[in-house]
Amino acid sequence: MAGKTLYDKLFDSHLVRTNEDGSSLIYIDRQVLHEVTSPQAFEGLRLAGRKPWRVDANIATPDHNVPTTERSGGVDLIVDPVSKIQVKTLDANCDEFGILEFKMNDHRQGIVHVMAPEQGAILPGSTAVCGDSHTATLGALGALAHGIGTSEVEHVLATQCLITKKMQNMLIRVDGELGLGVTAKDVVLHIIGVIGTAGGTGYAIEFGGDVFRSMSMEGRMTVCNMAIEAGARVGLVAVDQITIDYFEGRPFAPKGEQWDQAVSEWRGLVSDSDAEFDAVVEINAADIEPQVTWGTSPEMVVGISGQVPNPDAEKDAVKVDGINRALKYMGLSADQKITDIQLDRVFIGSCTNSRIEDLRDAAKVVKGRKVAANIIQALVVPGSGLVKTQAEQEGLDKIFIEAGLEWREPGCSMCLAMNPDKLGNGEHCASTSNRNFEGRQGFGGRTHLVSPAMAAAAAVTGHFIDVRELI
Amino acid sequence: MNKFTLHTGIAAPLDRANVDTDMIIPKQFLKSIKRSGFGKNLFDELRYLDEGQPDQSCEGRPLNTEFVLNQPRYQGASVLLARENFGCGSSREHAPWALDDYGFRCVIAPSFAEIFYNNCFKNGLLPIVLRDEQLDQLFKETAETEGYQLSIDLERQLVITPSGEEMTFSIDGFRKHCLLNGLDDIGITLQSAADIRAYEEKRRQQAPWLFDAIK
Repeated sequence: MAGKTLYDKLFDSHLVRTNEDGSSLIYIDRQVLHEVTSPQAFEGLRLAGRKPWRVDANIATPDHNVPTTERSGGVDLIVDPVSKIQVKTLDANCDEFGILEFKMNDHRQGIVHVMAPEQGAILPGSTAVCGDSHTATLGALGALAHGIGTSEVEHVLATQCLITKKMQNMLIRVDGELGLGVTAKDVVLHIIGVIGTAGGTGYAIEFGGDVFRSMSMEGRMTVCNMAIEAGARVGLVAVDQITIDYFEGRPFAPKGEQWDQAVSEWRGLVSDSDAEFDAVVEINAADIEPQVTWGTSPEMVVGISGQVPNPDAEKDAVKVDGINRALKYMGLSADQKITDIQLDRVFIGSCTNSRIEDLRDAAKVVKGRKVAANIIQALVVPGSGLVKTQAEQEGLDKIFIEAGLEWREPGCSMCLAMNPDKLGNGEHCASTSNRNFEGRQGFGGRTHLVSPAMAAAAAVTGHFIDVRELI
Repeated sequence: MNKFTLHTGIAAPLDRANVDTDMIIPKQFLKSIKRSGFGKNLFDELRYLDEGQPDQSCEGRPLNTEFVLNQPRYQGASVLLARENFGCGSSREHAPWALDDYGFRCVIAPSFAEIFYNNCFKNGLLPIVLRDEQLDQLFKETAETEGYQLSIDLERQLVITPSGEEMTFSIDGFRKHCLLNGLDDIGITLQSAADIRAYEEKRRQQAPWLFDAIK
């Protein structure tokens, strides 16, 4: 019998029961909650007279709606009345049910997928859910993490279980060494370009090979975060010494004797050498250059030396239609060089790229330079209060401010523009976020997804440029 | 949850691939703390020419007359025909809430994004996967015939065209059972409470740190 994949091991160790039709009930160790997808779940519990199964398995923080400008006045000073109600509703629900919440001005508040790992609230070998598709991020920790809808948030609150169906296994191997200036973000954008935005549908993707073995936890989180942009609900990286070192001393990580016991179990969280995958994709690291999306789906991506595609070169009618729509929306022309795209705004942040390493990468590029005259605004939004503090201790905030970028309070910010940070109609943005969908960053806004280093390079030159020319 | 057994309604064709959840319901409408009232903002950026705001009346907003749901022949549509990877993007359940609130009972596409697909079943909305060529045929027939209606028979797992042609679709047994009977998942899972407790007991021995309280 073939060995087990990491996904198989995680799934099997959480199986409560399998139903006759092949669906399974799996146990969920942790749920992370935010203000957008939880209010209707709490309301559902109240209406049905149900209590959470295990209150202390949950952790919450507001992130999507919070302002990133000065906010010491608290929730009452949130300008948008609807946003204010949503943040207050999370506070009230967590207070009522007794769930630990890092409120807006707690120094541990942050984007759910940045806050939860840095607290050690999600551990290797555990299962986690959150009403947010980017929960895939947590697979980088060697945890089985699912993004779920609000009905499922309510289901997990009430039962500590999720009804699911076992996925297929896909291995994406990237071997060799990444070139200078090529980061985790470029790797995952390249992967999405290769397998397509639905290429991972139905699969749990394990990222393996030299590149991921030597990648930092921050980088691994960036990669797993965007598994969902390739259609996969789950992205995973096997546990190794880098993972274990990351957890040591985190607030909710096990301590003392339990730490040793946990570590010895975590070391087994790798796919067996004889495990069989349903699909394998192999990529050579040397083929990856800094990436830029030109269109309105993350799969519409090319290397910085490339150009906007020409629909005439495509045969599939649905694809031609997609390219034409994207060109029109983005205000680009076929065969235009990527380096000729002029930008209006720059956004460095989001659950994809707002960790300390991302901020260091960006600061290295802007240091001693100035934001270009055509850039209306360049935002740097750290992923959590703790990331912000660390960056300030390292002096990164001063580098950004001196170069003319804005240094903000933590939150989701311009990734999806539910708070006041947004693009104007027709504006082009170099963004380190994860989705370039129409209207995502603001009505009529035009998003180009890039790495933090590439966004920083765009900020100081006003257009896309190969970051390798600046470092 | 609404039951779904048999449904017949006008089909509306949304002929583009990768329709994402931001397109189905833009983010400014996610600020609501309710489950209802999203229908008027379904496909807001495709449907209207201006930027919509939550709590704003949609009467008098400039309509994009080219958009399929604004065409008189598709008024009252309850079956949406779509292309591959429908519902990709975020996990927002506001997407099926908006489709349901607008009046759709069923979406037919060659493929769906997984989270969206799951979310539909929790809300009595039936997502049906048919083959590309079957969708091509339905798109063609819808374009050719004003008032084109499709019937969906969940019990028999059939999409039935006006000429009586039957197209079979598959669906998980558990999901079908829940939809046919309008059952609430939580109630069903709580029937397994003893299994859940037994699992917790066993797991606590193996990995006690997973049961440390977050507080």
